[in-house]
Amino acid sequence: MTDRWPRGLPARLPVLWPAAMLLLFFVVPFGIMLAVSFFHQVEGGFYEPGFELANYARFLDPFFGRALLFSLWISVLAAVIVIAVAFPFTYCLTRLRRRAQIPFLVFVLAVLSLSEVIIGFAWSTLLSRTAGLSNLVAWAGLIPRAQAWTPSFGALLMGLCYLGFPYTVLILFPPLSRLDPEIPEASRTLGASPLRTFFLVIVPVLRAPLLGALIMVFVFNLGAYLLPQVLGRPQHWTLSVHISDQAVFQSNLPFAAAMAIFLMLFSLAFIGLTMVLGGRKEAAR
Amino acid sequence: MNRSLRNLFMGLVVLFMALPLLVVAGVSLNGGQQLRFPPRDPSPRWYAELFMAEDWLNALANSLVIATSSAALALAIAFPLAWFVWRYHTGYGRLLYGLGIAPFTLPPVITALGFLVFWTVAGWHGSILATIVSHAIFFVTLPLVTISLGLAAIDRQVIEAATTMGADEPTVFRTIVLPLVRPYLISGYAFAFVLSLNEYIVAYMVAGFTVETLPIKIFNSLRYGYTPVMAVVAVVFVLLAVLIFGLIARFGDLPRLLGAWSKE
Repeated sequence: MTDRWPRGLPARLPVLWPAAMLLLFFVVPFGIMLAVSFFHQVEGGFYEPGFELANYARFLDPFFGRALLFSLWISVLAAVIVIAVAFPFTYCLTRLRRRAQIPFLVFVLAVLSLSEVIIGFAWSTLLSRTAGLSNLVAWAGLIPRAQAWTPSFGALLMGLCYLGFPYTVLILFPPLSRLDPEIPEASRTLGASPLRTFFLVIVPVLRAPLLGALIMVFVFNLGAYLLPQVLGRPQHWTLSVHISDQAVFQSNLPFAAAMAIFLMLFSLAFIGLTMVLGGRKEAAR
Repeated sequence: MNRSLRNLFMGLVVLFMALPLLVVAGVSLNGGQQLRFPPRDPSPRWYAELFMAEDWLNALANSLVIATSSAALALAIAFPLAWFVWRYHTGYGRLLYGLGIAPFTLPPVITALGFLVFWTVAGWHGSILATIVSHAIFFVTLPLVTISLGLAAIDRQVIEAATTMGADEPTVFRTIVLPLVRPYLISGYAFAFVLSLNEYIVAYMVAGFTVETLPIKIFNSLRYGYTPVMAVVAVVFVLLAVLIFGLIARFGDLPRLLGAWSKE
């Protein structure tokens, strides 16, 4: 029982089934997608095997450049806003007694699990003319009459922040709840105010997980594909929306696959960066 | 931070998070077709609609079938893998573990497109089985992570004691590992179940035109105009998630499951 290496086939049997499933249904689909990204697109929504870089060459189109830049811009913006709110929130949360944390965690998990469809629907209702916040503002006399605040850039940004917030809380929860309570205590004993302690002690101590969380949320935001369609205008479509649009409605699978491969490499590069950051922190200990 | 300032800040954030859900809950009670807030002629008729109207009922049934079976399949893939990685130190074990984590970290549209081309080539595109397998792979990360946490919490000395007393591998597994890891199996299943219920893009790309799930049905209906039934679905999903995660918290250690240390 103490040996750490599997001996013979029977010991390896349990891993064969998950290995087969993951290889067949995860690695093989990616392989096919990679192949399709080099295929030749034929008029009428079909494609034929081949090897050409035409689909990747379309990245030089202004269309692709605009979509990419917009995706990056709104994802970064939403990630920064979300971290700015979620970090102090999670810090406060982890300072509560363990029992008191549970209702917050259940709520955060419930919001996290909500479908993007439902979040988009809820926000478009909240920002609508008939049922929205603007009724409240109009009733208070700040604007003459209720108006629709969606679709717009602001609505999309709000929706993305809402989508990313619970995810960020859960990423920040482990490092913050494992933070040695003696660190803030020492700072308080030495006479620092709570706010000073937070900004000058807690934030620098947790620099690496904070940066890691920022990158993770950024990649998470890049994946939003329904909110831009529900809360934004067509110029607010992100790369994820264009990928599904090319695949399903334009029937241009090779181009969609090429964009997906690009997005994957891009995301992997950033996720790799967080691992390097995390690894350096481990090594410093 | 000062206590009252902290409470105010946390209260405001929770209010912001709850606001859209509260408005949706209000809207779901409208008596008429229109989405009004505050609701006009409040009535629960749209709740009846979800459970009576054939098209919504059909989408509900599809969602439930997919969520229950894909979560079970995800668990069946994750458990042996998590156990193997915990039991033995092998490079390929770790590599497979990384592969199991990957679908959850990448933007979902990439995995969804991979499934789309794969099922088209395999000839199963549009079948509910394809959706179930795709969801199982897509959400395998959740049981994989929870089960690994559960296994890591097992005291190795207990296992050594059992081995010294002459217990063989299957006995150790049956009498020590399985009972200790059971709560984590259940929560892994629950996480995968709830997320599968809410998932859109993979279900849409794999079989969106033939197997309509609730999220797909809502999004399709959004194009033709809003009705309070969508709000009803949103309310039901929120309540279901609160119920399931509340149960996990009641019978398990939720902070530990989410990454806090074991003890107070």
